[in-house]
This record gives sequence, structure tokens and C-alpha cells, in this order.
Amino acid sequence: MPRLDTTVARPRPAAPRQRPRRAGRIPLALLLPAVLGLLFLILPLAGLLARAPWATLPQRLTEPGVLTALRLSLLTATLATLLCLALGVPLAWLLARIEFPGRRIVRALVTVPLVLPPVVGGVALLLVFGRRGLLGSWLDSTFGVTLPFTTTGVVLAEAFVAMPFLVIAVEGALRGADSRYEEAAATLGANRWTTFTHVTLPLVAPGIAAGGVLCWARALGEFGATITFAGNFPGRTQTMPLAVYLALETDLEAAIVLSLVLLAVSVAILATLRDRWISAP
Amino acid sequence: MTADLTVHPSAPQVLEPLLDAHLVVDRGSFRLDLPLTISSGEVVALLGPNGAGKSTALRALAGLLGLSAGHLTLAGHELDRPGSRIRVPTEQRPVGVVFQDYLLFPHLSALDNVAFGPRRHGLDRRQARQRAADWLDRMGLAEHSRRKPRQLSGGQAQRVALARALAVAPALLLLDEPLAALDARTRLDTRAQLQRHLAAHPGATLLVTHDPLDALVLADRLVIIEHGQVVQEGDAATITAQPRTDYVARLVGLNLYRGRATGQTVLLSDGFRLTAAEQHDGDVFVAFPPSAVALHPERPDGSPRNTWPAAISGIQPNGDNLRVQLSGPIEVAADITPLAAAQLHLAPGQRVWAAVKATETRTYPAAPD
Amino acid sequence: MTTRRSRTVLAAVAALAVVGLAACGGEESAGSRPGSATSGITGDVTVFAAASLTESFTQLGKDFEAANPGTTVTYSFAGSSALATQINQGAPADVFASAAPANMKTVTDAGNGDGTPTIFVKNQLVIAVPRGNPAGIGGLADLTEPEVKVALCAAQVPCGAAARKALDAAGVRLTPVTLEQDVKAALAKVKLGEVDAALVYRTDAKSAAADVDGVEFPESAGAINEYPIIVLKDAPHKPAAKAFVDYVLSDPGRAVLTAAGFGAP
Repeated sequence: MPRLDTTVARPRPAAPRQRPRRAGRIPLALLLPAVLGLLFLILPLAGLLARAPWATLPQRLTEPGVLTALRLSLLTATLATLLCLALGVPLAWLLARIEFPGRRIVRALVTVPLVLPPVVGGVALLLVFGRRGLLGSWLDSTFGVTLPFTTTGVVLAEAFVAMPFLVIAVEGALRGADSRYEEAAATLGANRWTTFTHVTLPLVAPGIAAGGVLCWARALGEFGATITFAGNFPGRTQTMPLAVYLALETDLEAAIVLSLVLLAVSVAILATLRDRWISAP
Repeated sequence: MTADLTVHPSAPQVLEPLLDAHLVVDRGSFRLDLPLTISSGEVVALLGPNGAGKSTALRALAGLLGLSAGHLTLAGHELDRPGSRIRVPTEQRPVGVVFQDYLLFPHLSALDNVAFGPRRHGLDRRQARQRAADWLDRMGLAEHSRRKPRQLSGGQAQRVALARALAVAPALLLLDEPLAALDARTRLDTRAQLQRHLAAHPGATLLVTHDPLDALVLADRLVIIEHGQVVQEGDAATITAQPRTDYVARLVGLNLYRGRATGQTVLLSDGFRLTAAEQHDGDVFVAFPPSAVALHPERPDGSPRNTWPAAISGIQPNGDNLRVQLSGPIEVAADITPLAAAQLHLAPGQRVWAAVKATETRTYPAAPD
Repeated sequence: MTTRRSRTVLAAVAALAVVGLAACGGEESAGSRPGSATSGITGDVTVFAAASLTESFTQLGKDFEAANPGTTVTYSFAGSSALATQINQGAPADVFASAAPANMKTVTDAGNGDGTPTIFVKNQLVIAVPRGNPAGIGGLADLTEPEVKVALCAAQVPCGAAARKALDAAGVRLTPVTLEQDVKAALAKVKLGEVDAALVYRTDAKSAAADVDGVEFPESAGAINEYPIIVLKDAPHKPAAKAFVDYVLSDPGRAVLTAAGFGAP
């Protein structure tokens, strides 16, 4: 079984666990595209930083709309991630552990939101959950609940677009995890549910965490499905990406400031979480 | 859920075998067909080469694999009988398993690994931990109870795995190559400890291994399977003295030939004649240890009745000696001292004369009984 | 619906964001009109035009190509502000037709215009309601009913600015459920039945006549939206570009625009 190197593990004298180091040069054929790829990813960020109106930054940051949109973004992305975890982890388990007819098709369907343009996803959500939608009209007539133009709608739109990231990551982790641990649990008297909660989940916790991060990041940046399904209203459905998009219409610098705020906050949160996970025993 | 099935030390000796099974599993072209009975307190070793069906048998007993036919009864309860559509799921079987690489849950401490089973069997957290602590104490691991599996040495992990399997008081304990993952020195210590714990286990024990030493030291009885079938079964003394297949002969370190005996002469299937010490008539096995084979540069004179020219096909170290593989009219292994090897200037391809004294051979009927 | 020749990544990305919604806009108006006398103009004219011009300019382009064999017209339809940003970032366009003078000013202030822009049409707001007007909306005041869900354009885009102006002029205070990023998105919400009404341009309501009705209201006169057009300074095909702008301002051009619901300047 592969063991993860962690800082808390005490070295065992019997088995030296030094990572093998290979001498020699890094092949240029790998180094060059790697560096180009990195530049390609970070140069646009540098562009944003270069154009940022640093002098007026403090004043712009304190504008009331900025904090409102930021708070809504963090709230909805977090709720969407929780929703994805609640539904996506069991779905990933089903795909990874249970043989059923049509599993390949189901797996392909799960990735649909990845290839669907988010705006189309938003329209599709309207057709189902909208006031005239398949489910939405029933929700409206039975419970008086309408989802479009509500914060709940934002969460739904974000979850729709972000869930595949979670499902794919967790399914990969489940497939990579040694299912014999689950057999061992069964021989000790654990039924499938207990095995899932007490053995499988802890084993794939890093994969779930990684999937959750991807999911959260995707939800945080979600624009198309959100603006189409949930609309855009400050404080209720206007998340940061929507605010950025509309700011672009009139004020490039404001859009840059908003983007930088979103970037800074998300990078800070992700870096903090990552450290915490890695130092966990 | 399984408490009524477990066997306690005070329980009266069951007259019937505790485990009564006929394991039949079809997997494509492979078929396991293994009758198996084990009494209370008995340790049976299931030996066989890779792919013989050892793991399949273990998985079928644990319920990780269903039988295709046959039956499986443990402590009077039917656990699997395809004919009657009975199949008790793994988690409801009174079976404990020590897996080959132990499969200790990496996220749980040694204590919680051992407490896992008792907790699932209805004990509350405190009771389960108490029982786990008792078991770890018995294994001499009390001071390691809070360590995670990755912080344990191989031998310690093996004992935690054993404690975890025994903590649910299983009627049947299954051990899958329990010592294979250990280095030679640890294996020696751990084997001795394992022997003690298995002797104390009141239920039935099945040890799956390909290491004859494990089987000989730990088991009361050996069942040897090849290609899914039992090829030989019996106690250690019988099997080591009278192997019946090449695999078993290699396992116990004997040269083995099958032929037809007329008095002291045994005619092997390829026309070679061996002279044996005992008189027999009919189909027999002839066995002799590699140490009984002497090598000579020239044809030897005198007492050995069996001499033949042979070519050296390989030389390997074997303990303090060298094991020489010979080709010729019969394939044979010979053990010689390094000194003798040096004097003979042995090298692969070299031609020598092999000699076996008739008194060193054992002959026994090929049809048992 | 659009053919994009723009080579900058920015242009492509920004255009894509809008294309999806603009696609909801509906069919082109039928019937082609013969063009004016042919000149020796040839070349490929790239026109950056406001999304609300999608149907009428597509028709105009066909007429222009028919009148001037050897020319082709390629469009990038998007929000006026996105187009202005792209032009100022160097997108290779010949003509810019904006839905608002403000966006045009962005371009001319940056020195990217050739001459001064010409107002070629004006547009005014109507209340778009689902076809048949089930909620019985008669004017702006009806939109303040609590039962009525209204979509407006965000204040940052021209239709939103105009809506705000009209509502202020009428003294009507209403709380929309959403502030859409462009007029087509607002219209789509009406088409899908998610809102009961939206303030959109008359041309947009007309283009979606199969699904929506446009309810005229008097206060819209206070928020007329003027559309300026200009040939760009760095236009790669300046003669053809000038010919295209002339064609837009010609009688046949005006006829197409009027049919689409635009008003004369």
C-alpha cells in the first residue's frame, strides 16, 4: 500500500522512505512547454495587476456593492459546495462501487454540465426549475416556491455547473482507493453504510477535499448559468462574476478591482485550507 | 448479531467438525472444488502454488465470493448453499480474517482498529475499546495502542491485524499469508508468537500459505491444492515423508518419481530403472532427498546401485550447501557441500556421474491406502 | 448568426459571452430590398454592431452585398461596451455601430474614429409582455403591482440606463426581480415566462413577436436611445466601410431599419 509522506509520521528504521532523486538535467522538451504553460496561465493575471488602479483602490474597495457581492459569492459558493458534497459523494460512490446497467452512460451524463455552455445550462435549469418549468411549475403551485431570481437559484446554478468536478474527483479517489479495506470492514461486521461512513469516507477524504476545492472554485467563478437562471440583483443574486461583467460595461478599472478582490480572497481561502489539510494527521 | 455463533473457550467440544464445507467456485476456465472440514481448535494449512485457488477458497469462506455449488456450514449454521439460495453476507458471518498485507485502517489508531469489530458487534465505544486494549495487551502491544498503522513495524502491524480479527471471537479464523510481508528475522519471532495465539484460539483456523515452513510449524493438518483440486491432505509427518506431486515434493525438498515396482526395481515412465530399498509391486512413488545424491567425476565403483551419467543444468546456494540441478535420464536435485563443489570444479554444462544409495530411497504405493 | 474575423482573444471571448444570448433574438426579417447603384467597391467589411442591430444589420448586409458585388460584410454582434473595449484594444474592425452615444464616445475619445459619428436610428422602450398580455399590463404603473415580476436591464448597459430614465420621468418606483446583463437576456426571461414584463427596445420586442407583445408607453419618449455609427480610423477596408455606412444611411437602408422597429433620427 502506498503511504503518504507527512510531516507527523515518525521515520521507521526498517524501511527508509527517501524519495528517490534522479540526477541529471530536466529535459528541455518538458521544461520549455512547462514554463510556457505557466506563463500562459499567469500572464493574464499580471495584466490585471498592471492595469489595476492602485491609487484609488482603497476607496473603490469600500464601495458598498463590492462587499455585498463578495459576501454573496462566498456564501453561495460554499452552499453550492455543500450541496454538491451531499449529492455528489454518494453519486460518485454509486459510479465507482456498484455495477449497474448503463453505468457508462450515467458517467457520461454526469459530465454534461462540463461541456454544456453555462448559459445553456442556465436556460436548461429555467426549463426545469423555472416558473413554467417541469418541476418549477409544480413547486410554484404546490408550495408557492419559485427558484429563479433567488439566492437559492444562485446556489442551484452554481451547484449544477460545479458538481461534475466533485463527482469526477471523488470517483477517481474511490477507484484509486483499495476496496479491500471495505472487505476487511465487512469481515469485522460492518454493513455497507457503516463501511462507507467509517472506512470509505476517511480513506478518500483527500480526494473529497480536492474535489470540494475544485467545486468551490468553479462555483465561485460561475457566471453564465447564474445570470441566466438566477438573474442579477444586488444583494440577492449578483455575485462577484456578475458584478465584474456589468462593471466591464462602463468601467474597466472597477471590473479589474472586483476581479482582484475575488482572486485575492479565493487564493487566500484555498491556501489556508490546503495547509490545514496537509498538516492534518 | 453473531454472538450466538461464536465459540467460547468454555463451550463443550463439538463432536462434528466446526467447519464443514464443500467449496465449489467456477470462475471462467478455473474451478475450485475443495471439500474442507476443520474441528474446533484445529489449525489447517491450505497450501498450493500461485493460482491454485487458495485465495478463492478464503474469499468464499469469508463470504466475499459466493459459492457456485456445494455448501458451507459453520458451527451448525448454513452460511452458503447455492442449491437452497442461502448466502449469509460477510458482515454477518462469525469469521475473522487476517489479510496478507493486514489492511489495517490507516486513519485509525491500533486501538481503534481492534475496537472496530467489537463496536460493530454491538459493544458501546467504551466496552469496545476495553476489549481492544485487552487484546493489544495480550499481543504485547499495549504501549503502541495509540499509534497509527504507518507508525507500526511490520511485525507489530501483523499482531494488530491478528488482534483485530480475534477481537470479534470468530468461530473461524482465516489467515492469508500472515507472514509473507515480513522480513526473515521478524518472521521467525512473529511465527512463534502466532503459534501461541493460534493454539489459544478455540475456534477453527485456516491458514492460507505457500510457505511450507509456516504450514509445518503452525498447522495440525495440511491440505494441498493444485488447479483447484486437493492433491494431498494429512499431517505434516505423512506429507513430508510421502509427497504425491512434484509440487509437494519440491515443497518438502524431495526428489520424487512415479513408476511401476517389481520387487526392489522401479521402472519409471521414461524407461529409467531405480533400485529401491523396499519391496513393492504395482504403481509406486520413489522419493529421496537431494542430500542422498552423490556426484562423481568418474563412474563410481562399489556400493551405490543407482548410478547414471548426468549434466549440470544449474547451481544455487541452498542454506550452507549448494543445490545442483541435474539433467539426464531423470531430472534430479543434489545437495553438496561447497568444499565438494570446489573439488569437483562444478560448472553448468559439466558432465558428472550421479549416484543414489538404494537405502536412501523411500517407496510407497501411488494409490493411497 | 455572426461570422467573426476578429483575431484577438479578448474579442473572441467577449463576443462568445454575448452570442449565446443574442441567439435567442429570433429570425431575420424577411424580404430583401434592391440596393442603390453599384460602385466599384470591393472588399470585406467587418462591422462591430450592437446586439440590438442583429436582425436588421444582417438583412442590410445581404442587401449591401447584393448591391455591391465583390463585397462581403462580416459582423460581430455584442454589447456596445464590449465592442468598444475590443476596438480600443485593437480589434481589426472597419465600422462601429453603437447602441448608445456613450460607448461611441469611448471609441472616439481614444482617437479610434474617422471623423464624427452619425446618428442613424433611434430606438425607444416598450414593455415586453408574454404574447396575449396575460397580466393585462397597460403602462408603467401596472409594473409596480406586487404580483408582477419585472426584468430590467442593468444600469450599466444602455437599455438599463434608458429604463431608469423613463421610470424616473414617470415617477414610477419599481423593484425588478433581476437586472439583466443585456436586452436580449431580459427579453429571454419574458419568452420563458419567468417574468411578467421587461423594459426592452421596441426593435427587440418586434424581433420576438412570435412570443412577446410590445406595450407602448408615453414616458418612453423621455428616454430615446440614439444609435451612432462611424468608420474606424484603422479600418483595413476603408472605402468599403464608408460605402457600407452610406448604405445604412440611404433610403433602402432606412427602410430595413424602420421595418425592424427603429425610428428615424
